[in-house]
Amino acid sequence: MIYDCLIIGAGPAGLAAAISAKKNGLENIMLLERDNRPGGILLQCIHNGFGLHYFSEELTGPEYAGRFVKEAEELKIQVKVSTMVLQIEKGEGENPLHKVTAINSKDGLMILETKTVIISTGCRERTRGALLIPGSRPSGIFTAGSAQRFLNIDGYLPGKKVVILGSGDIGLIMARRLTLEGAEVKMVLEIMNYSAGLARNITQCLENFNIPLKTKTTIVQIHGKDRVTGVTIASVDDHRQPIPETYEYVECDTVLLSVGLIPENELLNPLGVNLDAVTSGPLVNQRMETSIKGIFACGNSVHVHDLVDFVTEESLLAGKSAAEYVNKRCEKISSIPLVRGNRVRYVVPQKIDLSANDDKSENLRIMYRSTEVYRSVSVIACAGQKELARQKKRILRPGEMQIIEIPYEKIMEIKDMALPVTISIELPEDLID
Amino acid sequence: MEKNIYDLVIVGAGISGSCIARELSKLDIKIAILDKENDVSCGSSKANSGIVHAGYDPLPGTLMARLNVEGSALMKKYSKILDFSYKEIGSLVLSFDENGNQKINELLERGRVNGVKNLSVLSKKEVLELEPNVSDQVECALFAPSAAIISPYQATWAFAESAVINGVEFFRNTMLHSIKKENDIFYLDTSRGILKTKFLVNASGLDAGNISSMAGAKKYSILQRRGEYSLLDSSVSSLVNHVLFQTPTALGKGILVTKTVDNNILIGPSADDLSGSDLYSTETTALKQREIMEKARISVPDIPVRALINSFSGIRAIALDLEGKPVNDFIIEEDEKVKGFINVGGICSPGLSSAPAIALYVREILEKAGLKAKEKGNFIEERKGIPELKSASIDARMEMIKKDSRFAQIICRCEMISEGEIVRAIHSPVGARDLDGVKRRCRAGMGRCQGGFCSPRVTEILSRELQIPMVEVTKKGGVSYILDSKTRESVADIGGSL
Repeated sequence: MIYDCLIIGAGPAGLAAAISAKKNGLENIMLLERDNRPGGILLQCIHNGFGLHYFSEELTGPEYAGRFVKEAEELKIQVKVSTMVLQIEKGEGENPLHKVTAINSKDGLMILETKTVIISTGCRERTRGALLIPGSRPSGIFTAGSAQRFLNIDGYLPGKKVVILGSGDIGLIMARRLTLEGAEVKMVLEIMNYSAGLARNITQCLENFNIPLKTKTTIVQIHGKDRVTGVTIASVDDHRQPIPETYEYVECDTVLLSVGLIPENELLNPLGVNLDAVTSGPLVNQRMETSIKGIFACGNSVHVHDLVDFVTEESLLAGKSAAEYVNKRCEKISSIPLVRGNRVRYVVPQKIDLSANDDKSENLRIMYRSTEVYRSVSVIACAGQKELARQKKRILRPGEMQIIEIPYEKIMEIKDMALPVTISIELPEDLID
Repeated sequence: MEKNIYDLVIVGAGISGSCIARELSKLDIKIAILDKENDVSCGSSKANSGIVHAGYDPLPGTLMARLNVEGSALMKKYSKILDFSYKEIGSLVLSFDENGNQKINELLERGRVNGVKNLSVLSKKEVLELEPNVSDQVECALFAPSAAIISPYQATWAFAESAVINGVEFFRNTMLHSIKKENDIFYLDTSRGILKTKFLVNASGLDAGNISSMAGAKKYSILQRRGEYSLLDSSVSSLVNHVLFQTPTALGKGILVTKTVDNNILIGPSADDLSGSDLYSTETTALKQREIMEKARISVPDIPVRALINSFSGIRAIALDLEGKPVNDFIIEEDEKVKGFINVGGICSPGLSSAPAIALYVREILEKAGLKAKEKGNFIEERKGIPELKSASIDARMEMIKKDSRFAQIICRCEMISEGEIVRAIHSPVGARDLDGVKRRCRAGMGRCQGGFCSPRVTEILSRELQIPMVEVTKKGGVSYILDSKTRESVADIGGSL
């Protein structure tokens, strides 16, 4: 049996991709999920705020995931749970057939052949080890996601006196969550001079609970033999180096680390897929196809998102693209690189592959992040001197992903110019003629 | 033989104690091995370079020299019998200047005297052919093809399990408070009551000096010299092919860069003498982490910082005499005054490499000291570790899953460790009782996410398999509890809701 599409990971990305692939005409689809039920990380995100854009409602994580699980069921899409994908072997030739090796206790070891693969494997959390935070190695140090799982799935409070390192959304959400369950969250520390999370989370999770946010501050040492007894914190200079005169001891029994998410791409690495050094995810074109024919990717495994609504949109696109690939075969006519310009941290997609059967009425949607907080700026997409799109933004934050759209005909105008499309952020003074 | 008197008690379940226990378990005698921690190999045996040295480094004529060379050969043999990883990748001592070149020749000669086979000096060109990522400042290197890498805690565990399989009793969490000798019997006052034994082996690592003193035996002290390490992700494992040393300094064997048996890259150790409130502290420091990276870059200039996944430290037990001068050798002997008390102290490098030979030597000492017994008829030579899903062939994996469906349930996705392996780690003859114990036995939690994803699940499994409440699961025994409390009464006490 040759599948049309195997989707690895049945979180919000995989579910949306599968639904879209089905609705766009693919029959033999299967979702492979390593957890014992679909839903992904949303299952432990019991706070609401999901779906404001996509459903115009405020849902909890499980509710949001539940909508897509239900739709997948209604569409009779096959899901194998408790199933781990061990490896992907890429096919060769014009119409490559990829081989996916997966394992579960019911079916044992399976080697599945498929025309397309969609990678929706999410991301992992950066660790204390990766930051080399000095000190002892007691219990009581958690990544925010682990602590969230203990708390929301197992029902246990990880600790009573908490210091959180990292003001990303997970850290902010957990600050509130732990406080609501009776822990004392003494402070949230952020090494940059701005918070990495959504503005509304700063308000709803920290300000509303009087939890101090200390920017330009980090942990320089963890103390405690068996269990954490405290941390030494310090202010940092403009090069993020700790300033010794500012060292301060803070008593606590728990350290939560919310210090970054990294796309999970272990399945793609052995295949020699092209990666984006900034996102750590695969390079994709506007159809969410990687550098390997027939292998697509979407969601946090491509770049870490802030809003699941955008994960859904991106993944619906990936599913549709997989279907088009199987049914219509989008032969690439030409390629245009998409690159980041001034003040832009990254862009996704990183490439535009034009084909004869592109839908010319569809705008090209480019996701990007700014490198810093900027106010009253213009965001410009251009190829050389030719401007393709422009948006005015009152405020841009690195922690809030943005989208700029370019009409397809504008791309057609520049396709023979052999120039990349650059997305840049221009400050008000740059634009004065 | 009185029922409750042991023939032999070994204090300390590190690599030395475990090898000794295994060797002596060949005899038809009653043996117990004690450790103050919740598991074997929780001291220096847990955190060291994991190198089985070829044997050119110790001074000729010392016990270290003899036991290193003997022990290395034995370690290779036992890795097969006791089923632990052993990779003979060879070592290079790199020299970057004239002093270093002289040292290389010194070591070559020392090695020859110590009986190390196949040593040679390689030219710069030859070194760079073997190791393309080594600095082009290298001048020459001593090549020892017989050097190997092992996982020191896996090896310790393997020896300890073999001992337990052959009847040795292992007492965890057992502190020794005092030692009295009356009528040829030692009375050990421990945290689990009085133990009586005819012979006592002191293999207590950092506490060896204290225990010897407790017994009224030889007075010596242990200088605690901490060594910090950094670990890099397996994605850069092709950085080096051999164990790379730098010509030694007064403080020890210098900074090494090596592959580990688990395919990580290890750099370190530093050398920092501890005292006062720092004693026993296995902290890592920003200063030393920077220092070992700088020093490692002398050998391999392009070590990628982005690939760092962890840092840790271990403490060397350096024997000092009464005047505080380094003994520069192992202290392995029956005490002159306290007969039947065997010191196995100051087991620092090449302690790991020597351990199997230390065991044979201690057996000789015990027999000379009057330990008389027949060899067991039913001694079980072999010991099998936990079957590994990740490295098994497709057919082998299918077999494992057919026998136990839990081998298909992947818990640690970074290292591809299944629930079946974790359950076996817990119920093994010397089983894991805490998160770190599971990690050391089957690597769950040692990958890229460092347990971020799997530790909630491993905690659930420990709770379920040991039938202890979730709140009692610890990271490393004692009061290193993972969790604080239930959020509400209705939450299940025991995990397993996977």
